[in-house]
Amino acid sequence: MSLSAAAQEYATRHRLRAWEALPWAAGLAVFLLFPNHLAFGTQVLITILFALSLDLVLGYAGIVTLGHAAFFGAGAYTVGMLAAHGGWSEPLSGLAAAALVAGVLGLASGWIVLRTHGLTLLMLTLCTMVLLEQAANMGAAWTGGFDGMPGLEFRPLLGRFEFDVLYFRTQYLYALAVLLAGFLLVRVLVHSSFGRSLTGIRENSLRMHAIGAPVRARQVLAYAISAALAGVAGGLFTQANGFVNLAVLGLDRAAGVLIILILGGYGRLYGAFVGALVYLLLEHTLSKAYPTAWQLGLGLTLVLVALYARNGILGLAAGLRRRRGAR
Amino acid sequence: MSAALLQTQGLCKSFGALEVARSIDFRLDAGARHALIGPNGAGKTTFVNLLTGVLAPSSGRVLLDGADVTRLAQAKRVKRGIARTFQINQLFRGLTVLENVCLAVAERLGAGGAMWRPAGRRADVIAEAARLIELLRLGDDAGRRIDELPYGRQRLVEIAIALGLEPRLLLLDEPAAGIPSAESHILLEAIGALPRGIAVLIIEHDMDLVFRFAEHITVMVSGAIYAAGTPAQIAANRDVRAVYLGGALDA
Repeated sequence: MSLSAAAQEYATRHRLRAWEALPWAAGLAVFLLFPNHLAFGTQVLITILFALSLDLVLGYAGIVTLGHAAFFGAGAYTVGMLAAHGGWSEPLSGLAAAALVAGVLGLASGWIVLRTHGLTLLMLTLCTMVLLEQAANMGAAWTGGFDGMPGLEFRPLLGRFEFDVLYFRTQYLYALAVLLAGFLLVRVLVHSSFGRSLTGIRENSLRMHAIGAPVRARQVLAYAISAALAGVAGGLFTQANGFVNLAVLGLDRAAGVLIILILGGYGRLYGAFVGALVYLLLEHTLSKAYPTAWQLGLGLTLVLVALYARNGILGLAAGLRRRRGAR
Repeated sequence: MSAALLQTQGLCKSFGALEVARSIDFRLDAGARHALIGPNGAGKTTFVNLLTGVLAPSSGRVLLDGADVTRLAQAKRVKRGIARTFQINQLFRGLTVLENVCLAVAERLGAGGAMWRPAGRRADVIAEAARLIELLRLGDDAGRRIDELPYGRQRLVEIAIALGLEPRLLLLDEPAAGIPSAESHILLEAIGALPRGIAVLIIEHDMDLVFRFAEHITVMVSGAIYAAGTPAQIAANRDVRAVYLGGALDA
């Protein structure tokens, strides 16, 4: 590729492509075609948002974390506790509160744990989450302890649209809209100079220091933004389901979202979409067909991905496309 | 005599009992062409790491324009005009050549932290990166990833990145190491064509390059300055010939 072609590609990479409308069209099509599966659809949308938040730190900034559910849980409990104890059950301001609490938590914990990297960082992110999980377990007066807070009710969205406990129609469209907003935010960030510098930190932080970039400040900032976004996903979870319990903070959820991102392909924005859809569909269908052994199917899929598709499903697709183009 | 651009006073660094820098007093003027030579393990790279802030000295001071920068972080020194290349390539291997150079230029122009504006809309960053890529004749490789390039081409990207920081002091740590001789002339031309405003400190084992390029030479042995002077003085120094140059100059 010549210099001018490379410069042209660099200058236009951030532009929206026509195919990028597809996921959203598909999202609306699901709403119209599968009215009985919107509860599942809502879980998928929330999981995509959560995985997208992880992609910003893991895929772009190269921060490997095992504790991202800490922020999902912080958002979920913020919304739950506000509704249960403060009577604050307006959905949109609830999400804003979730973003704020999770973001501040991300800023504070990121400030501390991002001094380290590698295995130490992995352990410290895990510790942060476990501490939070235990706090939620022990602060029963506030959090409901082990049982969590069931039966939460929220005010109608925008004062008009009642949350629909049976068919999830409102929740689905609400989650789709919030996901779109979150996605646009992440998309703008990764294509900005800030986003490019995160990629630089992922590729070689030593070199990033040597070109005068404030490496840790950028990492902490990315971590806090990602945490806020994960908090929004958690808040959505509580609002959509009308309950919150310790499962939002567990290692299962943190590992699950990591697997989803690896399955879909990290550092590609759309990996979160593909990964969450495939993972949850597999879980959904396998658990129905083989109630006792369904995790085996999930495990085998992961083994296959690890062996043959290191860059996830999207990475595999890109590789095949390149190979066909080269021929 | 004008004020030094860079000066060190009694710079020492030890790792436990191992002294890798022993009371180094060094001076570099604006626009200097200075070479640092010495046998392997003499502490040349350590010295560069002390100058750039990668390592903190055990004692002594580093002055830039007369201001004490001994405790200043690496990134802040870059902002004040110290740039370096690495002895072993330190590049963004998964990114293209253009992206590599753009990152450095964006940082220098203060765009690196901008969160809303697309990087692709910084035409100034792209144009400057393209200019440097042309300068080092990397144009055909601009869209290729670093890990697809031969090592010698990668060395040139190191220099392009350093130049993208528009330094006043450029530290080149063995820039010619690993470049095939067929391509080394590109590097030599690039270094030779550096604006006189940039002071250059070069660590190099290729004595042809050193004696062609440098106006001052400092010889380091065992963490200390062993000799310093013009190329002619160093070439005539019998001790230096004995410890380091060997027969290299007789040819």
